[in-house]
Amino acid sequence: MDHRFARRLAAMLGVLALVVGACNTGGGGGAADKEVTVVGTWGGSEQESFLAMVKPWEDRTGNKVKYTGSRGLGTYLTTAVQSGTLPDLAGLPGPGEMSEFAKGGSLKPLDDVLDIATYKAETSPAFVTLGTVDGKVVGVFIKSALKGLIWYNPKNFTGTAPATWDAVMGTDPGSADSLWCVGLESGADSGWPGTDWVEDFVLRQSGPDVYDNWVAGKLTWSAPEIKSAYEAFGDVLDASFGGAATVNSTNFGAAGNPLFTDPPGCLFHHQASFITDFFKEQGGAADGDFDFFPMPDINPQYAGAFTGAGDLFGLFSDKAAAKDLLKYLVTAEAQQIWVSRGGALSGNTKVTSYPDDVSKRSAEILGTAKIFRFDGGDLMPNAMKAAFFRSMVDFAENQGNLDSILAGLDEVQKTAYAQ
Amino acid sequence: MEDRLITAAIVLLGVPAALVGYILVTERLIQALPERRQGRLRPWFWIAPALAFLIVFLIYPTINTLVLSFQDKFSRNFVGLDNYIWFFGDPGTLEALRNSVLWVVFMTGGVVGLGLLVAILVDRVRYEPVAKTAIFVPLAISFVAAAIIWQFMYQYRPPGTPQIGTVNSVLGLVGLGPVDWIRERSFLVDNFALIFIGVWMWTGFAMVILSAGLKGISTELLEAARVDGANEWQVFRGIILPLLMPTIFVVGTTIVITALKSFDIIYTLTNGAFGTDVIARKMFAEMFTTQHFGRASAVAIVLLLAIIPFMAVNIRRFREQEALR
Repeated sequence: MDHRFARRLAAMLGVLALVVGACNTGGGGGAADKEVTVVGTWGGSEQESFLAMVKPWEDRTGNKVKYTGSRGLGTYLTTAVQSGTLPDLAGLPGPGEMSEFAKGGSLKPLDDVLDIATYKAETSPAFVTLGTVDGKVVGVFIKSALKGLIWYNPKNFTGTAPATWDAVMGTDPGSADSLWCVGLESGADSGWPGTDWVEDFVLRQSGPDVYDNWVAGKLTWSAPEIKSAYEAFGDVLDASFGGAATVNSTNFGAAGNPLFTDPPGCLFHHQASFITDFFKEQGGAADGDFDFFPMPDINPQYAGAFTGAGDLFGLFSDKAAAKDLLKYLVTAEAQQIWVSRGGALSGNTKVTSYPDDVSKRSAEILGTAKIFRFDGGDLMPNAMKAAFFRSMVDFAENQGNLDSILAGLDEVQKTAYAQ
Repeated sequence: MEDRLITAAIVLLGVPAALVGYILVTERLIQALPERRQGRLRPWFWIAPALAFLIVFLIYPTINTLVLSFQDKFSRNFVGLDNYIWFFGDPGTLEALRNSVLWVVFMTGGVVGLGLLVAILVDRVRYEPVAKTAIFVPLAISFVAAAIIWQFMYQYRPPGTPQIGTVNSVLGLVGLGPVDWIRERSFLVDNFALIFIGVWMWTGFAMVILSAGLKGISTELLEAARVDGANEWQVFRGIILPLLMPTIFVVGTTIVITALKSFDIIYTLTNGAFGTDVIARKMFAEMFTTQHFGRASAVAIVLLLAIIPFMAVNIRRFREQEALR
């Protein structure tokens, strides 16, 4: 090789590197401090609502939120934590991961970010507890949802809300094809709507202690309490629109659509409070076309028990703008924006102005529930949760396999909880 | 953000600069040596950076994966063959193994067969470029997007309600169906429905390569055969196919490896439920869902071992052809 040429080439490359480096440090320094990267699971209308929620903060501070929606949030964060290239703020897939990340140190404690006393006073105690790891608040709720609501179309179901579960199951579908509409499809997370059913049954049939033990991996899946919950869901499936193939191939968002068809496909649909958004956007329903009654108690000993969920959020950076955004997100002012846009309840008790009767009543139930439990699947370790989701799909496909499905879950349970 | 840009700039410019510097320095060193030694040493110095990259990015991870596959969930203790015993004893993985074999056989067969058919047919028409483009386009679509497209095609609605999926509404016109294509276990319908998506995507690839191979066959040879009275089938069997064999082989190997690695379509459409799991998805699930590093590594090693024979045969054939030249 011609030495002079090679040396010149090397020198040129070196100079180029310096120039590019200098440009970047010189030009972009300020912008990065003003940009807060946020990763969450929301897409579509949920994403719009979140962006609307942060807009006033952006306008006030001049900072910018860069939001990325990812359905595979768990996978994304696991990889991000391992590689250290974290977003500033991120949704947490569930309290299980939250506790993992907090103990690993990548998730920052919020004690010096939030005014903890005010936060605790304004937030439902159940939510504060759920966001706490080792005595420190690390996760806050951007919004929440109440589960275990039974939706109907007032045109088709005109009776009063049944007081017992047997009465619900004994309702005459009338002009509707079937009693229930169930849809379990949700891409890689298929099955989760079924887990809500099972959780509601476990909590209402066997109470919070059994529920907690089961979620914590201390009660096996083949235990009679859990099996009985699956069987109760099996009865629902037997009375569902289109049978097993429809249940597994229908997306959860479209599952309630047959409530609004003529003739109706079903009378009832069981889903959390967020579903109203889907009714309006996918089912062609308007306000007034749908109403709900809470899923009734089953065992009177555990009256007033409800499950719910929420979108936990955590801080992964020390950036001042990110801390400020998080502080803003828990305020009633911020949460009111999403609540007013519909499809969400607030975790902040100061938010009282709900846009419609449905969300107003859900919020009341959330505030007054005697027994409240967080979505069980979300509290389980990743592997257990995934197996739980899958078990619903397998169970809906062939209920006769229940025993082997539960035995399979027991196998997963043996290793999933190991630390 | 700037930090990353700087890092990127350093990598993009710094690495070549460092390499050039490395060559200059080593060349100095070599020239200090006696003339006789120089010739023997120089190639090693020149190849060293490439070897280093190979070791860091390929050989080390492979060996590490092998080691991890003999360790427990958290890679703390050695557990012997436990992960492999799990692999060959778990009904889920065995089903995944069976499906991967289905993918290899039917995707490869479908892609090569259809690709060959299309290549030969379009060779005879005037609108060849248009036809080829249309068939090649699916390859440019990402796997996930293709899966979503076919999710719409395969949509299922309960009997008696309007079918919004293309396949089921066409079937409905002739009074058949509906079939829940990607969830129907009987006759492995769901597996074949998924494999078909792979075939749809990759046929264009096989077609382009085979078509190029076809153009390489001298027309004089074909004309001579026709003059001698061979019919089209005899021309195909006796001349085109043997001459195209090396190309078919290369395409086939590529598709076999693609089929073994197939993940996105299954992950997007069924996530392995309804008996459609495959090895690559199983590996992903063990890695990211279960976070069992030992099992995930064991699956990766099995996948690697399954691919090696195809690579070996391919390399041997390549060498034979080189030798012929």
